[in-house]
Amino acid sequence: MALDKATVARIASLARIKVTEEEQARIAGELAPILSWIEQLNEVDTSGVAPMTSVVQMKLPMREDVVNDGNIRDKLLANAPQQARGFFAVPKVVE
Amino acid sequence: MSALTELGLAEARDGLRAKKFSARELAEAHIAAVEAARPLHAYLCETPEKALAMAAESDARLARGAARPLEGLPLAIKDLFCTENVPTTAGSRILEGFRPPYESTVTANLWRDGAVMLGKANLDEFAMGSANVTSAFGPVENPWRRQGDNRPLVPGGSSGGSAAAVAARAALGATGTDTGGSIRQPASFCGIVGMKPTYGRCSRWGIVAFASSLDQAGPMTRSVKDAAVMLQSMSGHDPKDSTSAPLPVPDFEAALTGDIRGLKVGIPREYRLDGMPAEIEALWQRGIDWLKDAGAVPVEVSLTMTKYALPAYYIIAPAEASSNLARYDGVRFGLRVPGESLDDMYEATRADGFGAEVRRRILIGTYVLSAGYYDAYYLKAQRVRALIARDFDEAFKSCDVLLTPTAPSAAFAIGEKSDDPIAMYLNDVFTVTVNLAGLPGISVPAGLSGDGLPLGLQVIGRAFDEETVLRTGEAIERAAQFTAKPHFIAGRA
Repeated sequence: MALDKATVARIASLARIKVTEEEQARIAGELAPILSWIEQLNEVDTSGVAPMTSVVQMKLPMREDVVNDGNIRDKLLANAPQQARGFFAVPKVVE
Repeated sequence: MSALTELGLAEARDGLRAKKFSARELAEAHIAAVEAARPLHAYLCETPEKALAMAAESDARLARGAARPLEGLPLAIKDLFCTENVPTTAGSRILEGFRPPYESTVTANLWRDGAVMLGKANLDEFAMGSANVTSAFGPVENPWRRQGDNRPLVPGGSSGGSAAAVAARAALGATGTDTGGSIRQPASFCGIVGMKPTYGRCSRWGIVAFASSLDQAGPMTRSVKDAAVMLQSMSGHDPKDSTSAPLPVPDFEAALTGDIRGLKVGIPREYRLDGMPAEIEALWQRGIDWLKDAGAVPVEVSLTMTKYALPAYYIIAPAEASSNLARYDGVRFGLRVPGESLDDMYEATRADGFGAEVRRRILIGTYVLSAGYYDAYYLKAQRVRALIARDFDEAFKSCDVLLTPTAPSAAFAIGEKSDDPIAMYLNDVFTVTVNLAGLPGISVPAGLSGDGLPLGLQVIGRAFDEETVLRTGEAIERAAQFTAKPHFIAGRA
């Protein structure tokens, strides 16, 4: 499927990656051959085949719903680009 | 000094126990080798002080006869494993300066068993690449060169720094991770052994996630026996990874009996690609003959979906990556690029922090998961994946292991294939099926190309049958007598 600039702009926005107007055309040109190569899959008859969801045939284990970690606030905040009063800080969200 | 870095992992282990040298001497020799290997750019971070402290503990334990399985053995760690308070970058600017507050389970297992940490190995950014050229901190050079050609070559990827370090004798072994071939392909390019165990054999906890249904850690070493020893310590059930298999870990070293009589070796006919270099075809045939001479029985099998494995992979892996990499938002760790609003900050951070290949894969993943395309791409790929797994199930009804080439070529020059993503993706044509089906596979150096570069053969086994894979790999190793050494060996003038 051909990929246009508008589609690139839409997926870049969904992925939260800034793409300038000039880059949109270049990226569309890069992604289009990859997508048409991927579309070879349409040759495969997959009717009646269930999608694979896990490579290992096992039931996901359950654990007790208890706190088994925590009290490491300062450790977690140590890598934050910005913190304030024991919280992660971000640009103002409320208008 | 160089004599100590020439030892194999298991040999060094036995030498330490026999008191032929100390853990300190072994660590010092390797620290010097890591420094000497700097021109290869195999390490992103060196941890000599940590190595010496760990070696001191090892000497104390060796002295009182309390040696652990990997006591005093210096290793490189792919910089995708979180190591407590040691910078962990995943080869990306977005994680520059990140010091994990915790240790990955696999590395914790290695340290529990006495291994010594030399540093963090370079890799493709977020393990996305087949040539180690996408690292934000610059490419790794393969210690091998073509005969009569001085151009620097790629080590393969994504575990390229790990492979180069081990090949250049700047580590006894290294951890790698393999999502589509990232252990086995660089092992083949650098003339070493690389093993991807069964999905679930090693915990993924604390490994920077790329594609969670495909990622698996494994050892990279200079012999099959060393791989068995290292895998032993890396493996085991971990409640912190819900896909970690609650199975006992067999004694891998004991599986190397040297006896493969009666073993049925499947030769997948679809792996004979059009345009495959004749020398790879010839090497594959030699591998078949070696196993036959050792008493194994080759049988032709069919993996009908081989052609579709890479296209399926390039839907599934980017889809999972786009989800996994959503966490890099400039809030909790890593790079932040200021923006006027929160969304602006996210977008600027992710545009600057991720390199071109990572951005490309996130965009592909976002596209194939987006409304209206999910069924056509993602679910279609997961159906094809089920058929790929079914192919292997069928094949393993008539054989015990499969033998294939590891990669469709030897190492290529840095810069080659870089402007054509699909040509780069094709490096993984023989390895990626194994990840999609979750199976164990090993690459063993088996010969040299016409221009003197190493080529590997791959053995693929049934799920959780690493023992047969290792045993078969060792049979190839024994027959191949691969003794060639790279052009660059650390510390050799």
